[in-house]
Amino acid sequence: MEWIMAIAVGVLFMIGVYLILSKSLLRVILGTSLLTHGVHLLLLTMAGLKRGAAPVLGGGSESYADPLPQALILTSIVISFGITALYFVLAYRAYQTRGTDEIDGSDTDGKEAGS
Amino acid sequence: MLHIVILIPFLWAALVPLMRVLPRIHPGWAALPVPAALFAYLISRLPQIGTGEAQAVTVPWMPGLGIDLSLVLDGWSLLFALLITGIGTLVVWYSMFYMGKNSDSIRNFYVYLLLFMGAMLGVVLSDNLMVLYAFWELTSVASFLLIAFWYRRERSRYGALKSMLITVFGGLAMFAGFNLLYAMTGTYSIREIAAQAAGLTDQPLFLPAMILVLLGAFTKSAQFPFHIWLPDAMEAPTPVSAYLHSATMVKAGLYLVARMSPIFAGGAEWFWIVSLTGLITLLYGSYKAIRQTDLKALLAYSTISQLGLIMSLLGVGSAVSFFTEPEQIALFGLATSAAVFHLINHAVFKGSLFMVVGIVDHETGTRDLRRLGGLMRLMPVTFVIALIGAFSMAGMPPFSGFLSKEMFFTAMVNIRDFDVISADSWLLVLPVIAWVASVFTFVYSMILVFKTFGGKIKSGQLDKPPHEASAGLLAAPVLLVSLALVFALIPNGLAHALIDPAVAAIHGEGVDAETVHVSIHFWHGWTPELFMTLGVVLLGVLLYRTYTRFRLLDREWSGRDTLNRLYNGALSLLENGGRRATDLYMTGSVRRYLIYILLFLVAALGGTLIFSPGVKLGMDDYAPITFYEVALVAVMLAAAAAVPFARSRVNAILFTGAAGYMVTALFLIFRAPDLALTQMIVETVSVILFLLCFKFLPKLKREKEKPAFKWTNLIVAAGVGVTVTLVALAAMGSSPFEPISAYFLNESYEQAGGKNVVNVILVDFRGFDTLFEIMVLGVASLGIYGLVKLGVKTTPANKKGSESSSLRQGFPLVSNDVILRTMSRVIVLIIISFSLYLFFAGHNNPGGGFIAALMTASALILLAVSYGMDTIRRVIRVNYRLLTAVGLAIAILTAAGSFVFGAPFLSQTFDHFHLPILGDTELATAVLFDLGVYLAVVGVVMNIIFTIKGED
Repeated sequence: MEWIMAIAVGVLFMIGVYLILSKSLLRVILGTSLLTHGVHLLLLTMAGLKRGAAPVLGGGSESYADPLPQALILTSIVISFGITALYFVLAYRAYQTRGTDEIDGSDTDGKEAGS
Repeated sequence: MLHIVILIPFLWAALVPLMRVLPRIHPGWAALPVPAALFAYLISRLPQIGTGEAQAVTVPWMPGLGIDLSLVLDGWSLLFALLITGIGTLVVWYSMFYMGKNSDSIRNFYVYLLLFMGAMLGVVLSDNLMVLYAFWELTSVASFLLIAFWYRRERSRYGALKSMLITVFGGLAMFAGFNLLYAMTGTYSIREIAAQAAGLTDQPLFLPAMILVLLGAFTKSAQFPFHIWLPDAMEAPTPVSAYLHSATMVKAGLYLVARMSPIFAGGAEWFWIVSLTGLITLLYGSYKAIRQTDLKALLAYSTISQLGLIMSLLGVGSAVSFFTEPEQIALFGLATSAAVFHLINHAVFKGSLFMVVGIVDHETGTRDLRRLGGLMRLMPVTFVIALIGAFSMAGMPPFSGFLSKEMFFTAMVNIRDFDVISADSWLLVLPVIAWVASVFTFVYSMILVFKTFGGKIKSGQLDKPPHEASAGLLAAPVLLVSLALVFALIPNGLAHALIDPAVAAIHGEGVDAETVHVSIHFWHGWTPELFMTLGVVLLGVLLYRTYTRFRLLDREWSGRDTLNRLYNGALSLLENGGRRATDLYMTGSVRRYLIYILLFLVAALGGTLIFSPGVKLGMDDYAPITFYEVALVAVMLAAAAAVPFARSRVNAILFTGAAGYMVTALFLIFRAPDLALTQMIVETVSVILFLLCFKFLPKLKREKEKPAFKWTNLIVAAGVGVTVTLVALAAMGSSPFEPISAYFLNESYEQAGGKNVVNVILVDFRGFDTLFEIMVLGVASLGIYGLVKLGVKTTPANKKGSESSSLRQGFPLVSNDVILRTMSRVIVLIIISFSLYLFFAGHNNPGGGFIAALMTASALILLAVSYGMDTIRRVIRVNYRLLTAVGLAIAILTAAGSFVFGAPFLSQTFDHFHLPILGDTELATAVLFDLGVYLAVVGVVMNIIFTIKGED
């Protein structure tokens, strides 16, 4: 199962990065969301999957899943929610002041260099 | 005591700004006691140090790196310390009359001056090379600040920058040289390195170290071709020029060369480089001095030339290390003695001449030789000072300059006997250069005196009628220049007290003050030196009478000569080249920067995977694959893959949400119930958030980019994807460390009293992370609040289209679905009860503060969707920003509460209590911490939602 997840994580990263590199702010934000999913699954997968019961003690189980990645991911989920919301408002503000939701604001890279 | 000597000026410098409370008193009075007291103390050390003893103090600083504040006061450093404090006292005195007390920056002036004083004392007292280097650079900084004292003048800034760049360049080279020495000897102590000097000469790093150290000394002491900064440094106030740029700082290079002589003199290159550089500088500087029309520029080139003279003497004197016979040591030791003697004389006459020029400038308003003349009768005292100073500089009897000039000639003539380094006849060129330079020196000394004070007064050229300066202004140069007479009267007393111990200290072990003792007399009989002096006078007078006919006058500013053009050119080349190189990749395009970052990620991670040994991809026992999992993954990837192709905003958002829900399901399957709960609620709230916002963002356009754009993105994205997949596989196959998870599983219940290990990690084991996390959330929510609520001026161009109307106006998000309204009342109660259950159960079962908070927030959002934001706002009057703050406060107070019990921050405890109804209950302080998390997160989420969708 782990190798499937490894590939799935790679694909999520790829789509996320592709979206982040596009010029529309909305796509960029959605790209970060997908990237975050990729990171979470990567963390989970690295520890090995389905190696015992959920890490809640007392169920009489012999072995438990690794709790550490889960704690990391839980933290990350909540943070990324806050950050995504911030991105959205930033995007809205950028659109409001600049009249475009395109990153770099112009069709050619580097047009704004030095200005 | 020695470290206090260095410390006092620094500490005192911090006190000088307090003088602003006494505006009627010149701040110089506050600074004056420091050099005076230090001078008195150092004079009291003279008898002891004079016997050849050295006073040493070591304060450990970074012993692991071999860096300690080890200070040594021997004859050589004592001489410098006396110069620094003695001339320092006079300069501070002089400056009080030279610089008005009414300018705001006058206090800064004394702060910088004391800063320099401390740093310079540090340079000459440090035995540790690293400490010496630090103080060395600090003198450059102080010099920069003082040159740029009148920073509104463009030329002051130019001069300051130039001196800084050149001396710091040299300083860095020197730093490298010091480290090469460390690499060879394993110590930074000068004395310890000198003890190993015999074994150094054959090492391959010996010559590079020597050249690097010399670069530092030559740039600091303005040796050709690094001298170009010194004339421009004359933009500093004249007291600074007298102090830093003639008497002390520029002599740091001489100090260092002499200090390093025992280490490097074993290589013949040292002798050649030091003496020839010195002689070239001597000749060049004296020739250039004649061509100056600005008095300070003349003195600057004169200083360069005199520094060259002393440098060449130190070079010749270093030959001592090739000999063991006392006669030969005495023969070449004479050169070192001459160097030390001339160094003292130079400080005396050049210091007084600078002060004279300052007085002339002060009284007439100009330093231009073409406008000056005939001041003899108007300023008789100043004239006498200038006369004595200049004749001493020219090497005329009966002043002390004559004595050291004679010794200089002797040393140069003696070089014929230096047969270790193939005594070819062309060695005779050295005394010839010395003689020619002395002629030039004579000429510019005469120019200085007689062009300024002789002849007729050009009253029409001056802005104000000149008159004699005040007694206070004259006191310092009078005192200083009288030393030129005193030293001439008792040269042997001076030799015994100062010169011999200094020379002995320079030559280090095996050479004591007796061997190198010099007996200094005016009359040696009809020696070659005497004829040389006579020749200097004859030719000098001739040249002085005729030099204007040669049209030698250098009328342009220093920017015109070749070396300065080189410097300016190099500087602008560096600036422009740097800007162009930066512009090449810093294009201002965020996307391009992202590509750099991502490519670096691929290169760094990929490179590590390829090149580190023992990386194994994949693992041996994969978990079994089931149909549901594969189906979930497939749906997730399909949803994700659909996002880039989505035609509308809603579709893109829903596809992303779908991928998120699939992740939730995967969490559930992979034994992570807490994650599944959290992800599910977050996903729900996120989708609501997206739907609230997207209305205000422009419609998705189809990407109309060029294929090159798309392909670049695709290739970068694929590279990242493949790398991450490989990283995941490598992490499974080869972990060099034992996982630490077992610790958490074993100790969770024992130490923290919780069965839900994930929750225990969050609130207990890794409580610090969680504390900071909720802070980050709080900051993010405040950021959102600020962005939305605080007005940003919109330009008219952006107001086109109704879509971009303010978020505040919003659109009515009130459902008119009756069923939803009716149901929601009940459902909300259920959700909130469940969230309370999750909160309290969290320590032992799936749940916890985060999840409960998100659950509560989603209940509130449901209410808001059913009844409208405004209604909810009126009914539930909670300030959510305050709620966040309260939550944070609870968390921090709980964490800090452990201090009361003497435990470290964030220590948690738990115990079992027997409560009525509930029976045996376990209570942990972690629950209190979790409560803080709960409140903070509810506050954050509701603040975000209400801010974005709120109508105030």
